[in-house]
Amino acid sequence: MNMINLDHISANPLLPEVQEAMIKAIQGNYGNPSSQHKMGEQASEAIEQARESVARLINCKAPKEIVFASCGTESVNHAVKGIALANSDKGKHIVTSNIEHNAVIRSLRRLKMMGFQVTSIPVDKYGRVNPGHVIKAIREDTILVTIMHGNNEVGTIQPIKEISQITREKNVLFHTDAVDSVGVVPIDVQELGVDALSFASNPFYGPAGVGGLYIRAGVKLWPLLEGGAQENNKRAGTENLIGIIGMGVAAELAKRDMASRVSHLKNLRTILLKDLPSYIDEYRINGHPEHCLPNLVSLSLKYIEGESVVLMLDDDNIEVSTRSACASGSLRASHVLLSTGLGFADAQGTLVITFGIDNTEDDITRFLAKLKTTVKTLRDYSPLYHK
Amino acid sequence: MYSKTVMDHFKNPRNVGVMENPDGMGEIGNPLCGDMMTIYLRIADDTIKDIKFQTFGCGAAIAVSSMLTELAKGKSIEEAKKITNKDVAKALEGLPKNKLHCSNLGADALHMAIQNYEARNAGNLNEGLEGVESDKHTHDEKCYCPYCDTQISEGETVCKDCALRVDDQKKPQKAGE
Repeated sequence: MNMINLDHISANPLLPEVQEAMIKAIQGNYGNPSSQHKMGEQASEAIEQARESVARLINCKAPKEIVFASCGTESVNHAVKGIALANSDKGKHIVTSNIEHNAVIRSLRRLKMMGFQVTSIPVDKYGRVNPGHVIKAIREDTILVTIMHGNNEVGTIQPIKEISQITREKNVLFHTDAVDSVGVVPIDVQELGVDALSFASNPFYGPAGVGGLYIRAGVKLWPLLEGGAQENNKRAGTENLIGIIGMGVAAELAKRDMASRVSHLKNLRTILLKDLPSYIDEYRINGHPEHCLPNLVSLSLKYIEGESVVLMLDDDNIEVSTRSACASGSLRASHVLLSTGLGFADAQGTLVITFGIDNTEDDITRFLAKLKTTVKTLRDYSPLYHK
Repeated sequence: MYSKTVMDHFKNPRNVGVMENPDGMGEIGNPLCGDMMTIYLRIADDTIKDIKFQTFGCGAAIAVSSMLTELAKGKSIEEAKKITNKDVAKALEGLPKNKLHCSNLGADALHMAIQNYEARNAGNLNEGLEGVESDKHTHDEKCYCPYCDTQISEGETVCKDCALRVDDQKKPQKAGE
């Protein structure tokens, strides 16, 4: 039976146009973008073209405000550490939320070792930050607020615009980790009012291993990688030319097809949520019912554990995940789910289902049928289930 | 990531289910790490005549339970007492390192069930059945803070690293410095 990918957040297929552009770039004889001869110039032009495409995708008016990175994680590390270190003369306090990705959490932990202080604010049962808590958390010495855009485990979208009004008023810099939002939902950095925004190429069907950082002109930021003068002196190292070209094409397509993609994903999500009760009982949908990514459903199944569900579905060629791939090696219940008030057992029984533009309504039906038998089998095994 | 034997026992678990009126029963579990296991024993002539398990847990936990029941079935009580978590992991042709601790609870549950059987025989009908230490670790491996992955030791209620409570699943996560 053919594969059904309902784990698009872990890996997305490359769009044919993206593949084509990348193959052309691999076969073509590109130089090093920093070289001054023709080959170098050609490479440099290709990079600047991709930069413009990516800038357009997030409505960034000046493409030089885009700094390419090797992935979303690098972009987040660059923003959080780079802004904190470059602005530490003004203060050493950072505000974040309890449901960030490990890239933020661990960057902040590293900064704490270097004398920074961090206040992490809680979220409500939908995984949403109350902007009022941000106001309360900001102190005299706060230099940075870093709160994610769309959550990778429950899909909740944070009130970024409201938070940026606060940070602007308080004269504090604001970074948002939008890795799972950019290219999936419309993102407009002007409207959001953020100073820095992290993104990656794979969520919008570009190659993995490429990401970028929007950093508003004038914001002080130390490079994470030191060396040459690439990326406007913000990120040293020879550019991943092939990858960046791929991301540029993917960004153009994402911008062009945004409305139809969102409507397709929303339709799949609606069907899944509507049909679920006729297949299984005793479950909970996590995340905010309205402020949420259109491609993600977080489903907590009572009395059973997520990994065994993943393995059984995989046996039937259906791919889902228990949580972000980055954390799936971890046996600990998700800090995001626990932060929304879910108990340990229910958090362990959670699946993250992420749709892509290649999914069909039939995929949802096949998934639900297999989920039904899987849940029944595992509940029969479970000492927690009494029926 | 799992061996063939693990996958086989996960997909076709042996001796899974509930036993009515068992002669001995052991429950072990650790909500912090997520796995819970119940073992039921039918004992005659000091021998495990039948054994059943129920498990809430990952693929490894289910395979461990299944393999444990295979190892214990037909053994005398004294032999069964000697089965260790290591024996189970070995019979499964190994478990991923990070699964050795949290999911390899089978032998502990078996020993509790035997204890329960012996207590009942000695006239303490309920001993062992109720109040099984369901949230303590009875083995050597370490556990980790569910929020920040820092290693925490037994009995610790607050993680040293992130200062969050790790012993109470009902309390929502606190905001903290």
